[in-house]
Amino acid sequence: MTTEPTVGLLTVPWRWSRRHLFQSPGSSVLTLLAAWLLWKVLPSAVNWALVKAVWSGDPAACRASGGACWAFVTEKYRLILFGIYPYDEQWRPLTAIVVFVVMMLASAHPSCWRRWLIWMWAGGLVLVGILMWGGVPGLPYVSNDRWGGLPLTLILSATGIVLSFPLALLLALGRRSRLPAVRAASVAYIELWRGVPLVSVLFMASIMFPLFLPEGITVDKLLRAQAGIILFTAAYLAENVRGGLQAIARGQFEAADALGLSYWQKTRLIILPQALRLVIPPLVGQFITTFKDTSLVVIIGLYDLLSSTKMALSDPQWRAFYIEGYVVAALIYTVFTAAMSYYSQYLERRLDRDRRRS
Amino acid sequence: MNDEIVISLKDVNKWYGSFHVLHDLSLDVRKGERVVVCGPSGSGKSTVIRCVNRLEEHQAGTITVNGIELTSDLKTVEAVRHDVGMVFQQFNLFPHLTVLENLTLAPIWVKKVPKAEAAGLAMTYLERVKIADHARKYPAQLSGGQQQRVAIARSLCMRPSIMLFDEPTSALDPEMIKEVLDVMVELANDGMTMVCVTHEMGFARTVADTVVFMADGQIVEKNSPAELFGNPQEERTRQFLSQIIRH
Repeated sequence: MTTEPTVGLLTVPWRWSRRHLFQSPGSSVLTLLAAWLLWKVLPSAVNWALVKAVWSGDPAACRASGGACWAFVTEKYRLILFGIYPYDEQWRPLTAIVVFVVMMLASAHPSCWRRWLIWMWAGGLVLVGILMWGGVPGLPYVSNDRWGGLPLTLILSATGIVLSFPLALLLALGRRSRLPAVRAASVAYIELWRGVPLVSVLFMASIMFPLFLPEGITVDKLLRAQAGIILFTAAYLAENVRGGLQAIARGQFEAADALGLSYWQKTRLIILPQALRLVIPPLVGQFITTFKDTSLVVIIGLYDLLSSTKMALSDPQWRAFYIEGYVVAALIYTVFTAAMSYYSQYLERRLDRDRRRS
Repeated sequence: MNDEIVISLKDVNKWYGSFHVLHDLSLDVRKGERVVVCGPSGSGKSTVIRCVNRLEEHQAGTITVNGIELTSDLKTVEAVRHDVGMVFQQFNLFPHLTVLENLTLAPIWVKKVPKAEAAGLAMTYLERVKIADHARKYPAQLSGGQQQRVAIARSLCMRPSIMLFDEPTSALDPEMIKEVLDVMVELANDGMTMVCVTHEMGFARTVADTVVFMADGQIVEKNSPAELFGNPQEERTRQFLSQIIRH
């Protein structure tokens, strides 16, 4: 009779840690080092953020406890989230945030990549505009210099990404065009915009551009900043897309030509679907960059999420608790950028099906 | 085979930069004729058939396909491509589409055939190349021979009157060559006009009406397979054939 090897309670974790943490002397050293760092940092961090934290109350209570002053966030969260949008109307930017999140979720699954998606975004952006501006019966007008916080960040980045993408596709195709004029124009556009920092683009959009306009004509400041972000982002995206186009074998173009497909049919049905999936990582990287870069609009007096956090901190009573303010802003940014990262990984895995052999 | 000439090349010249690939080349192909083009590598044989559907442009001379002269006018290119199918050495299936989608794409978009009809047509041709079981798979899941048969079926779905084959078996493992050649023989028996660049001399012997031997961008010799292989007239041809037969 053979005796079954006994599987003790600790066998599985023991084997796991042998394989993942202590496989070699080098990894053992790193594991121990990391454990020591966690031992040093984690207890005091937990102590600060949770144990000694003050969740509501006044600044005096916070100072007395010595822990994190989440009371600041409890007190100011509406200012952080919505900026100086009229307090009683803040359900409108909140709805706008919900509209954006719903649209992003609806755009996520490849089976939803149909024509209706374009109409949904067009309709969704109009809806967000109506909600934010108002001026229709039941919604009092709110000038856009009072917009701020998360809705402004989402408007600038989502609109920027969605509208710069088609422009980027045209630029990337144009740069590979056989028509010299189209190619030269695309190269000039891309190199020009990539040669300028976003900060100066925003400056020009906000200060220089109005000087060139004929008297009496004004273009809204937010619109100018938005246009600057779109045109700027398109140049970077175009180069990412071009990288994908260059990776497509010549045989694919020839097979499409031989079947009699037109240039646009070939591009849309054969080339772009393959090229874009090759460059998902850099594309999503650029989306994340654009999302974070919208915080630069503070220099032209627009109050995105980061600026509205700073605004909340300008209250003399709470000024001392800037760490808590920035931690909250960072968490909100992280939720969105992490979602984009994970989505990109999911998409790569999903679209990779056809390259796997079964 | 009748006397109607469907492909006509007259004094065709082509240069890659300063390299003269095709040298005053003239060739007529009649309706239903099976032409095999052979010759050493670099002789310009692939270039010839690639000029016939204008994957390459010729710089002098005229190429006429089904009465349409190929010019830089895109209309003529489009019209010729409608009627001429092409099979490539590297298959060139679209990897992001299933086998069925590879076949239905061009009929749906170019010929505006309704989707269901296109799918029916595609299945008919997949049956013919004996690969209907794999209709829902992606190209990467098939063997080389299977992929090449799909590529042939894809071309046939456009109902071409002429088929061009550019070394269709050169990228295949030896045991898969036969399954592709079988499909091509069947196609030849159905009366398709075929121009085929290949080193498969067995195929040339059994199927071809005409064998064209090319070297240095020129047609050295053109004859029936029995004559060309059995009684070559030119020294250059004899030399090539002896090299081919040696292994």
